[in-house]
Amino acid sequence: MQEITRNALVEKASALLADGTVGRVLAWKRGEFDYDVTPAVFQTAEELARDLVWNDFCGANFSKYLIKETEKSDEKVLVFLKPCDTYSFNQLLTEHRFNREKVYVIGVPCAGMLDVEKVKKSAEGIASITEDSDKIVIETLFDGALTLDRASLLAERCINCKSKKHTAYDELLGEDGEVLDSARFDEVAAIEAMTPDERFAFWQNELSRCIRCNACRNVCPACTCEKCVFDNPASGLENKAASDSFEEKMFHIIRAFHVVGRCTDCGECSRVCPQQIPLHLLNRKFIKDIDNFYGEYQAGAEVGSRAPIVDYTTEDLEPNEAVERGDDNA
Amino acid sequence: MQVTEYKPLIVAFCCNWCSYAGADLAGNNRLAYPADVKIIRVPCSCRVNPTFILRAFQRGADGVIICGCHPGDCHYTSGNYYTRRRMALLFSMLDYLGIERERTRVEWVSAAEGAKFAATMNDFVSTVAALGENKRLEDLRCKK
Amino acid sequence: MRKISLANLDALFAAIAAEETLYLPQDTEKGAVYAEWCEGATLSNALNTVRSPKDFFFPQTENLMDFKVEGKSIEIIDTRKECEDFVIFGVRACDVRSFEVLDRVFLSEPVDTYYKNRRDHGVIISMACTRPAETCFCQTFGIDAAAPEGDIVCHKTEDTLYLDAKTEKGETLLARLSALTEECDTSAVEAQQALIRERMAKLPLANLSASDFGADKTMEFFNRPEWKELSQSCLGCGTCTFVCPTCQCYDIKDFDTGHGIKRFRCWDSCMYSEFTRMAHGNNRLTQVERFRQRFMHKLVYYPTNNDGLFSCVGCGRCLAKCPINMNIVKVMKTLGGKDNG
Repeated sequence: MQEITRNALVEKASALLADGTVGRVLAWKRGEFDYDVTPAVFQTAEELARDLVWNDFCGANFSKYLIKETEKSDEKVLVFLKPCDTYSFNQLLTEHRFNREKVYVIGVPCAGMLDVEKVKKSAEGIASITEDSDKIVIETLFDGALTLDRASLLAERCINCKSKKHTAYDELLGEDGEVLDSARFDEVAAIEAMTPDERFAFWQNELSRCIRCNACRNVCPACTCEKCVFDNPASGLENKAASDSFEEKMFHIIRAFHVVGRCTDCGECSRVCPQQIPLHLLNRKFIKDIDNFYGEYQAGAEVGSRAPIVDYTTEDLEPNEAVERGDDNA
Repeated sequence: MQVTEYKPLIVAFCCNWCSYAGADLAGNNRLAYPADVKIIRVPCSCRVNPTFILRAFQRGADGVIICGCHPGDCHYTSGNYYTRRRMALLFSMLDYLGIERERTRVEWVSAAEGAKFAATMNDFVSTVAALGENKRLEDLRCKK
Repeated sequence: MRKISLANLDALFAAIAAEETLYLPQDTEKGAVYAEWCEGATLSNALNTVRSPKDFFFPQTENLMDFKVEGKSIEIIDTRKECEDFVIFGVRACDVRSFEVLDRVFLSEPVDTYYKNRRDHGVIISMACTRPAETCFCQTFGIDAAAPEGDIVCHKTEDTLYLDAKTEKGETLLARLSALTEECDTSAVEAQQALIRERMAKLPLANLSASDFGADKTMEFFNRPEWKELSQSCLGCGTCTFVCPTCQCYDIKDFDTGHGIKRFRCWDSCMYSEFTRMAHGNNRLTQVERFRQRFMHKLVYYPTNNDGLFSCVGCGRCLAKCPINMNIVKVMKTLGGKDNG
């Protein structure tokens, strides 16, 4: 259950709209079902009171929306950011993707978000979902009510939460948390420990399900190119004919490589994948390697930091040594 | 019965200032290396975008090698230092995906090292030949 | 009507698979998928497969032909193969209707022979839905989950599977399976149908109405200001179009293999910035226009060209999979206010 209530968000946003600090509000909007939450722009206190939602399904990261939203008018935009969202926010500022002066950030503490796929696996025909401290009560259409442990429904990225600390905000609701010592690299290490044949089989199974919907790329706060090479017919890389042995690997390697040193590990790619491909494991491999080869680096921890991929020392290890070093760390 | 020997196709990206000149020197000195190595000249080893490497595999390469100036000798001061970091991360990723790590390599070859160029290529070709055809990053559409 | 005990289901599948390739929904860790039946495979009870069964007739990528270039001559190679007979088992009512939506596109003149080849060889065994989900709204489009269409219609109770042939194809197949099945009356099926209809009426989206939409309503909806707000958080990904059983837009691409050309047909998405790009550029420049295209096509353009038939079947896949949870239900509720409150 989230520490801050929905009403606290509504009140705060309404007050800032009323005193003219901000002109509109980026927040989560109520949908058809309790797990159905849409990012939306709110203009009035009435809309906020009616439709704003803050619950265990507010996983969407608003940082990327700020690029377009800040360009729409001169008024400030209010945005609610969870701790992990603030890393993407800082990373986008580092890349000068929007004007900080046009944003008013309210940090909201986050108790972790639930994975809708896990919820749907646990219950068929969901009529309603209510939160009761560490329990989730699901009212179903045909099987009565189910009470489940909240922890069993948490999204992977929240089980392995890297930080409860907001790295950027103008105002904070509730208490700020700490950077956590997470086990987020364990899954990567488990894959590294496999034999090459097993690794190949693992990724072949995962990536062959890719339908090239581009959701992972489009949601990614680090993917902000105006025109992606994979959409550009002149690039020689654009190819809609998916489902071949090669294309998915090409796409996913390059997608992950292009955000090396900029990926904050927010986990949006895996959240949105309709085929439930664990795409974050590609990005996390790069993060783990960077930490390992060049010293610990967390993208978005601060504005203006220089990513290791655009930096060097004269003593760096050689590429072929790097691959071998993976063996020792597995 | 005649058995056709398997010959791997190797793509070598060579920097214009050092390694390409090194390859020239190998030629001038009549040092032999297999004709299966196709050299692509690039202004600097850091011109090699990861998509070039994947594209080479897609189009039938069995191994890809990137050759640049020795660290510290880059014509553009620091290009090869960036190459070194990029390729360290890319090769590690390819290995993570289960693609044979011996199929990719980075070597620093100066304009004076004709012998090293030939030896490097001989070694790389025999390493890749031992692995056989690239099956894990192939594009079935490009097969003849 | 015929019936078979569920205990003998494997024998039934084996008998079908003995002569035709049999596909049925099977559970995986990442959701249900249609897969070829083999000894030991079990039928999934899931309502929706992750990918819709349109793949069987309209695959995501299809090699249409090859060109071989030598000197100045170009050889055109027909890569088509005559499709073999296959059976798809357990198709839900919504997905069965989606085949009609596709048929009207691909089988009207000029007939798409690639599509027709597969359609002619496919037998569809449908399955009634006893446990519809909160995301189901097939009834909005006049689809009866209690009585699906299809070559053979099945109803599964706790211990028995009831099969009823509806077409010539279905009768032929059912006749072949007559040794395994026995004749029965319709009372059990009728009881189940009553239960299904009762459940459908209580679904959260039971009252969603499409009555405001339909043929020749283009001008009524095209310039509505609500499109802007509805599309504002759309990511422009293709998830909704690729999991949709009725989305039928495609692109044709030539792929240079280095020693020839392969011509592919591949799914396209109106959500993509390059969709229907022409020599003069793109005709839908913003996501508002792309977003509008998808829903206008489902609710207005398609019905205009196809006797009022909607090209949404209410399967709910887009409701379940959209990364930002924007979907056709919200569009209909926002724009078709009269009956949707």
